[in-house]
Amino acid sequence: MMLNRRRQTAGRVPDIAARIAAVAAALYASVGHAEWALNFQKPVTTIGHVQYDLHMLILWVCCVIFVVVFGVMFYSLFAHRKSKGSTPAKFSHSTKAEVIWTIIPIVILVTMAIPSTQALIRMEDTTASDMTLKVTGYQWKWRYEYLDHDVDFYSTLSTPRAQIEGTEPKGENYLLEVDNHVVLPVGKKVRILLTAADVIHAWWVPALGTKKDAIPGYVNEIWVYIEEPGTYRGQCAELCGKDHGYMPIVVDAVSEEEFDAWVAGQKSG
Amino acid sequence: MTATTADHHDDHHPTGIKRWLFSTNHKDIGTLYLWFSFVMFIVGGLMALVIRSELFMPGLQVVDPHFFNQMTTVHALVMLFGAAMPVFVGLANWQLPLMIGAPDMALPRLNNWSFWLLPPAATLLLISLFMPGGAPAAGWTIYPPLSVQGGMGVDFGILALHMMGISSIMGSINIIATVMNMRAPGMTLLKMPMFVWTWLITGFLLVTAIPVLAGAITMLLTDRHFGTHFFDPAGGGDPVMFQHIFWFFGHPEVYILILPAFGVVSQIIPTFARKPLFGYTSMVFATATIAFLSYIVWAHHMFTVGMPLTGELYFMYATMLIAIPTGVKIFNWVATMWRGSMTYETPMLYAIGMVFLFTIGGFSGLMLAVVPADFQYHDTYFVVAHFHYVIFGGTILGALGAVYFWLPKWTGHMYNETLGKWHFWLTVIGMNLTFFPQHFLGLAGMPRRIPDYALQFTEFNMMSTVGAFLLGFSQILFLTNVLRTIKGGEKASDRVWEGSEGLEWTLPSPPPYHTFVTPPQVK
Repeated sequence: MMLNRRRQTAGRVPDIAARIAAVAAALYASVGHAEWALNFQKPVTTIGHVQYDLHMLILWVCCVIFVVVFGVMFYSLFAHRKSKGSTPAKFSHSTKAEVIWTIIPIVILVTMAIPSTQALIRMEDTTASDMTLKVTGYQWKWRYEYLDHDVDFYSTLSTPRAQIEGTEPKGENYLLEVDNHVVLPVGKKVRILLTAADVIHAWWVPALGTKKDAIPGYVNEIWVYIEEPGTYRGQCAELCGKDHGYMPIVVDAVSEEEFDAWVAGQKSG
Repeated sequence: MTATTADHHDDHHPTGIKRWLFSTNHKDIGTLYLWFSFVMFIVGGLMALVIRSELFMPGLQVVDPHFFNQMTTVHALVMLFGAAMPVFVGLANWQLPLMIGAPDMALPRLNNWSFWLLPPAATLLLISLFMPGGAPAAGWTIYPPLSVQGGMGVDFGILALHMMGISSIMGSINIIATVMNMRAPGMTLLKMPMFVWTWLITGFLLVTAIPVLAGAITMLLTDRHFGTHFFDPAGGGDPVMFQHIFWFFGHPEVYILILPAFGVVSQIIPTFARKPLFGYTSMVFATATIAFLSYIVWAHHMFTVGMPLTGELYFMYATMLIAIPTGVKIFNWVATMWRGSMTYETPMLYAIGMVFLFTIGGFSGLMLAVVPADFQYHDTYFVVAHFHYVIFGGTILGALGAVYFWLPKWTGHMYNETLGKWHFWLTVIGMNLTFFPQHFLGLAGMPRRIPDYALQFTEFNMMSTVGAFLLGFSQILFLTNVLRTIKGGEKASDRVWEGSEGLEWTLPSPPPYHTFVTPPQVK
């Protein structure tokens, strides 16, 4: 479906008429096949779930405050109009009201800070991991070293140049596909070490629920415990130069047996 | 302060180009600042349209990735240092002497210099686009080591930032000196209008924050050319240290941009609600508290650099605290409207729009403060949406409202109300169409600062681009309205608005070239 739709947008002749036609076709097609994703990608790690719940909690707290505050404001804008004959009241302060609307936010903030603190303590605890993956950011590719398994490879964008330039239809995983996938076992606590060789990058796979910068001269740590097998895609999230938009990350989460078989295959290959 | 009489005043009043080049008059310099910032607003806006054109569809259609990065970087620098900061210095120049009953700014020659540094600085920044290697392309935050890689355009950018910084420091020294020394007899600190208060506090933020930026970019310059390794790990330096120094400036900078807009809204809402500002004293203290907190929360811009847990917790708690004084201000504005007698002229629409849209940016700011969730939001379009709600929804709407509010006073003519309302509605619709979908893009996983994106982000990007063009072209209405008001139009009364309160409304519209040569008495 996605492929068909993009085929209409591809034109070899970069003249203006073709572009306008392509834009019109894309606009037309997007009405029918829109993704319209509004929220986080489905989390697949333990900390990803914690993060998602916390995100929804604050979002709803903000929505409730929004409705209350602007409910009052819009009621006032409607009811206290000069054209409706409203005469101005004389009051200009009220200690009671001001104390109340200082205390209530403090209470809300404290109730938000408690689960946030608990979640953060858990996310930053990289101890007792089952294996370690070292990730190094380069302009513009990633290097993956499996420190416990003696596996080491680079991973670069595999989307053909022609798709980017629009002379070929764009594939389903346009810009989110690489030559060598990261393979990780499900049901294991994987510690990921992050560093960079040139400039600052950031390793981010949204479904894994974490992000951290890869900084030259530093080794940062995160951990993931993937619960569901699958393929998860992400990108570099820190501006790292010309091809910052073209260094994606693809993680294949597989069962322990498949992971062992993959490691064995990497060594023999 | 000695009061000289109007008859003996030395009326230094050159004409033609000299009037503007050599001006020491706060009104003329205010006008220069306002026009300069409008030109920069258009230049930065055109760059935003280049960005949005490229992002209309997946794939590369309009520009190459390196030029795209130059556009995002220079757009931000032009908007922040060329448009958002100078527009409020312009408003301060025009309004502070009129609002505190002073004959002019305390340091008129410094005032001239602080303005005339800006055009060469802006020129330096813009010609960097034509240098080998192009303009700065590492984002407006110019993080090393990436910013060390750039061509000589980066050095032009650094020099431009230095000049704009010196201009801001001098401008704010002038504002502090004026407010502290030149208030009319009887105008105690706690009788000053809120716009004056917010600018006084902003002035202190500027004189303390800008030198920190100057230090950071000077170290960057020596790293680039003079063999130092402040930020280079290979020479024992630390790239994260740059971020700490930069954001120690950068977070106060955020409040430098928003506090004067808070002041504007605090002038406009009571005027059109025909009711005094609710909780004046708590407004003053909330502003001061926000300014203080702005110095101790900087690292919340860099939660993903790998700080220790305790550091992350501290910066999370401190950041959440800002919600309290900010909340106080919003509640006070709503309470000012409550049981007022409201009319909705264009300035009031802008003030209400500012309160509403800034608060949306405040909510997303609160979400960003929560570190575990920030690991997902950080460096995505969610952040882009957040700061555009705060800076466009807050700062720019505040500035536009201020222009409509005081334009009749400055020109002696009423602007066209119908055109003003059209401008307001098209601007807020354009703004929301541009930036609201970016929340969804960020949550769904689109990083910021990328020229090309995966297919699932197409729809909201298209909406955002359509909104950006609407937003951009709506500003033609603003320009038209202002030019027409300067040329002519219905005569404005001295009070201009029915609910006007304050010294500036006791003067004729337009005010004479020199005002308050004899200080008024404030009871």
